[in-house]
Amino acid sequence: MSVATRPQLSHLRALESEAIHVMREVAAEFERPVLLFSGGKDSIVLLRLAEKAFRPAPFPFPLMHVDTGHNFPEVIEFRDRRVAELGERLIVASVQESIDKGRVVEETGPRASRNRLQTVTLLDAISEHGFDAAFGGARRDEERARAKERIMSFRDSFGQWDPKDQRPELWNLYNGRIHKGEHVRVFPLSNWTELDVWEYIDAEQLEIPSIYFSHRREVFKRDGMLYAMSEFAELIEGEEVYEETVRYRTVGDMSCTGGVRSTAATLEEVVLEIAATTVTERGETRADDRVSEAAMEDRKKAGYF
Amino acid sequence: MTLDLLRFTTAGSVDDGKSTLIGRLLFDSKQVFEDQLAQVAQASERRGGTGTLDLALLTDGLRAEREQGITIDVAYRYFATAKRRFIIADCPGHQQYTRNMVTGASTADVSVVLIDARRGVLEQSKRHAFISALLGIPEMVVAINKMDLVEHSRERYEELVEEFAGYAQKLPGAGAVTYIPLSALNGDNVVQRSETMDWYEGPVLLEHLEQVEVAYDHPGAKPARFPVQWVVRPQNGNGSDYRGYAGQLASGALRRGDEVTIVPSGGRTRIAGIDTFEGELDEATAPMSLTLRLEDELDVSRGELICHPEEAPEVTQQLEADVCWMHADLMRPGGRFMLKHTSRTVMALVEGIEDMLDTHTLERIEAPTELGLNDIARVRLRTSAPLAFDAYARNRRTGSFILIDEATNATVAAGMIVG
Repeated sequence: MSVATRPQLSHLRALESEAIHVMREVAAEFERPVLLFSGGKDSIVLLRLAEKAFRPAPFPFPLMHVDTGHNFPEVIEFRDRRVAELGERLIVASVQESIDKGRVVEETGPRASRNRLQTVTLLDAISEHGFDAAFGGARRDEERARAKERIMSFRDSFGQWDPKDQRPELWNLYNGRIHKGEHVRVFPLSNWTELDVWEYIDAEQLEIPSIYFSHRREVFKRDGMLYAMSEFAELIEGEEVYEETVRYRTVGDMSCTGGVRSTAATLEEVVLEIAATTVTERGETRADDRVSEAAMEDRKKAGYF
Repeated sequence: MTLDLLRFTTAGSVDDGKSTLIGRLLFDSKQVFEDQLAQVAQASERRGGTGTLDLALLTDGLRAEREQGITIDVAYRYFATAKRRFIIADCPGHQQYTRNMVTGASTADVSVVLIDARRGVLEQSKRHAFISALLGIPEMVVAINKMDLVEHSRERYEELVEEFAGYAQKLPGAGAVTYIPLSALNGDNVVQRSETMDWYEGPVLLEHLEQVEVAYDHPGAKPARFPVQWVVRPQNGNGSDYRGYAGQLASGALRRGDEVTIVPSGGRTRIAGIDTFEGELDEATAPMSLTLRLEDELDVSRGELICHPEEAPEVTQQLEADVCWMHADLMRPGGRFMLKHTSRTVMALVEGIEDMLDTHTLERIEAPTELGLNDIARVRLRTSAPLAFDAYARNRRTGSFILIDEATNATVAAGMIVG
């Protein structure tokens, strides 16, 4: 019955199959999973993988966006449109509400960011809805603390990650057992690189928010990065606003995500640009990782994405 | 046949230069980005470096690791050359060494075993080689590192090769072994060929990793094994009579129209369709994720296995298996655990410990009374429900399991079914 050796799956299809397997395991073993959807490229890939894992049925979980209120409007518009096309349910957890309720205190000054505040909003939403598993689009190639993280990563009842005491993850056998109040974060894209994500978006012809492509925008320069001028930006003396041709490599808050000078206007051009890049995506575009050598590790331990 | 994506594992302790070797591999193959390099340069300087980059800092991810100069947990790294994509499972060698090595080895195609040319074949290297063999990794590379500290001596290299080969031939299910003399510190024979070791004519490390053929995982050539993960059944009006069995083909191939049996529940039917998001397929091969429709309405649920009737796996509640114990609490006969095998979780009772292996001498210690952290032993288990399995030596996916502690939910053991 067995057949002779035949071509293996391409590396993208092998990664895809692994990710679909992970999603189905979580759907089967948890009572209330949720998929974190930001409108960014990685979570756009997660949505396609969920379609591949569960169609023709609806997803066995809702989607959730932790909205800082400082997102790019293009991304919010895309988020809502994509969710409507899929016919799935979106929960929006609002950082503004966390501020209004006094759960967090907003930073002030020109370098203020809502990035850290998201952790509280996320953990509150997980506990309010009783979620026991949350899919995220994080990848191990992004950052060196993330390189240590499991595909299925345990969080204690305070939402904390303990990098020194992680469950061993063997073969493709995930241990999804938790006690009440605990949860897991699940990263189906753990083994993907940034280039894999872009090649996949290209191969699948997935729609992405327009800010990923080259466009003209008013920006100002700070710490060597180009930030978008917006109602949330507060200039420091000496900073000037000017127009530049940029695109975004990552999608985060307007306050902490820098654009890159680029003329890449199509998916193919973006893939070529990423293949030739000499700087990591977080190093090039994320102020939140520049705070210290262990900025990501510290945020992750506290329950960040 | 060459894989598009090669997974390899390294293991080592603080001093044998493992982090430096990986750093060198990434650095010389131009996989290190400018901002990562700037971080390493800064950190090297802060730690009182002499202006040379400490490449080991590229791989140490956690604050405690950088502060203490140790590696705490398995880290995964990614790089690509024009020929292949690579995933490295980088395993630290202290304290929970077995747990880390087994974890890294469980998904690897190749293992890179490090030997410090000055210190010789130490227990650590033997243990890594043993675990690689036990976990069924078909290809082993023995990297004889720090050749610069033994004057690039061919005699020393050959002496170490002979010593290691003596150990390797006693390993269970030993695969191919390739020896490479190198210096990670100076970059000799890692990516670039060494000028000081012109007596070595074999491949350099990266070249070997790019070329090595991994015979073990020709999943298409094995009996078909399809563990059902999830039943796709839309509840809304549209397509409501759809019932698909979703899973990842663990091995082999399935075609539309094939006669199949459901194990362990026992029904027989034919494959009515192989569905993917892109449309129907005539045939699917491992490791594809897909959804099967069956001709007859059978009661098939998560945890059952779909296969060809003439190639059905064994079904049993009595297992003999090699286990790697991964927890500080001891395992004793009479212990009860949850056992996860493919997509099925059952209860398991430890009926007995047959013998334990000394990974250094490869001698078996008869009937130990208990197992502790890092111990590897042959045990007898009885399960609460039948399992459909293949021996691990024949099929990694249907021959492996984990044990989970009922009270703490900790993963306490990795198991490989013998029979």
